[in-house]
Amino acid sequence: MSMEAYFASLSLLKLLKNIPGGIAQGLIWGLMALGIYITFRILDVADLTVDGSFTLGGAVTVMLILAGCPAWLALIVAVLAGILAGFCTGILHTKFGIPIILAGILTQFSLYSINLRIMGMAANKAVSVDKFNLLLSSRNISAAIWMGFFLSLVLVLVLYWYFGTEQGSAMRSTGNNPNMSSALGINISTMKILGLGLSNGIVALSGGLMAQFQGFSDINMGRGAIVIGLAAVIIGEVLGRGLLGKHLNFLGTFVFTVIGGIIYYLVVIVVLWLRLNSNDLKLFTAVIVALFLAIPYLREQSKSSFKKLKKRGAEQNA
Amino acid sequence: MLKLEHISKTFNKGTINEKKALCGLNLHLKPGDFVTVIGGNGAGKSTMLNAVAGVWPVDEGRIILDGKDITALPEHKRAGLIGRVFQDPMMGTAPNMQVEENLALALRRGQRRGLRWGVTAEEKEQYRELLKPLGLGLEDRMSAKVGLLSGGQRQALTLLMASLKKPKLLLLDEHTAALDPATAGKVLELSDKIVEDDNLTAMMITHNMSDAIRHGNRLIMMNEGNVILDISGEEKQHLTKHELMDMFASLSGVQIDNDQVLLTK
Repeated sequence: MSMEAYFASLSLLKLLKNIPGGIAQGLIWGLMALGIYITFRILDVADLTVDGSFTLGGAVTVMLILAGCPAWLALIVAVLAGILAGFCTGILHTKFGIPIILAGILTQFSLYSINLRIMGMAANKAVSVDKFNLLLSSRNISAAIWMGFFLSLVLVLVLYWYFGTEQGSAMRSTGNNPNMSSALGINISTMKILGLGLSNGIVALSGGLMAQFQGFSDINMGRGAIVIGLAAVIIGEVLGRGLLGKHLNFLGTFVFTVIGGIIYYLVVIVVLWLRLNSNDLKLFTAVIVALFLAIPYLREQSKSSFKKLKKRGAEQNA
Repeated sequence: MLKLEHISKTFNKGTINEKKALCGLNLHLKPGDFVTVIGGNGAGKSTMLNAVAGVWPVDEGRIILDGKDITALPEHKRAGLIGRVFQDPMMGTAPNMQVEENLALALRRGQRRGLRWGVTAEEKEQYRELLKPLGLGLEDRMSAKVGLLSGGQRQALTLLMASLKKPKLLLLDEHTAALDPATAGKVLELSDKIVEDDNLTAMMITHNMSDAIRHGNRLIMMNEGNVILDISGEEKQHLTKHELMDMFASLSGVQIDNDQVLLTK
């Protein structure tokens, strides 16, 4: 196909048509990114449990709805299941001395089997919006966007409140300076376990919403969730700092994290619209995340580095 | 106030790096005692403070603080009784949190942290009044991130944090060693003032002999995990640096030509 024919085949209308769906899914990923923010930025750990707890949320929600449970109740149970998964990682890390990355991987790995069992040994389970009363569905995009918006708003406000309380402050200081926190009487093990639970509860909520939106849960639906979440967190931070600079406060950070999720998914929509191979999407996401994580480091390096000194030395000697 | 009874601690037991850090240490502090602690590297000074703070469990002995046996309490459960300032100015504060948030964390030292608001408006007023006398201008930077402050400012803030909720015991672990002489002097002055105003019981490790003599009402010298010299009252007031060095040499068996060798400055 010639270049001309390729561009001619791209319909702008088709892109516009896909944007609302992208926003709806982006909101769901943005919700998940709020969970990732808690571990990655507040507790200062990379928690790999999320790939498993996202699927866990989806599996629990779908199976309970299929069993006749109201969707909202199914979601609450899914959140509790996610919290338990986070506790599990936290306990492996703090009580058994397993490095956090490995603890997360172990929980995530075990969740694959557990999720399969929850779904009755099936790799995926459909839940039709025709037969069940779902909170949101891809069939009604505008309602899905409102639901995503409403839940994001509530969660952002709840998190903003929580991290302003005594306990939330203690969690922040645990991630920021564990030595000091212990000396001030904060049980840092408990704080880490709590934080991991909170984070994975939010991730499971997001998984439960995604399963309803797409109308099924899939054993692989959480694959790469951590990277997508990080992408959303980082896009949000870059955007927030760019727009608000020093005025970016805690509330703003949360809002921009959700916006980061939306932007991430809109980029995905564009990539798919360009008919790039969707199998390359993960590579694409990973490169973006690596780039954004590297930029602050490289910028710091460019201010003062041995390479620069070498260059200067060479210039002076010349 | 503080009783250390026969405290022993060995690190890396049974390995080639085995180190007997404390060997049956006994120490008794009366209420209001301000003890300066000196000794060479590896004498067990910091180990003693860490044992009291509960950074790790001791191998043997009992620690009694304010009539309460705290030997089996983990660090965070003793924290309500003990205020600490570390050698590294980075250690005592949370850099990504605001000055007032750090103070608020310290005000709740040893208390249950629930879902009440983390910093109240009345507290902020209280902090402002407490920061003013430091003369560092921190009262106007209460919402600045602590990471933006200088080492001296951070150490002064840590000192304030350690005494914000009056501790039964204040532990100062070479808290001026990382500061320039002028700032170190100010922080020491502040330490004296806080100990005096609140009538605190305190222990201060220092490598500076003059400081050890000048501050506090009691001086102990440590060597090989034990107290080898304990001077207080009148005797301490008249002590000179040279006498102290001679005592150190004869008691520890280590001859020092000048005070640069083990106990600098």
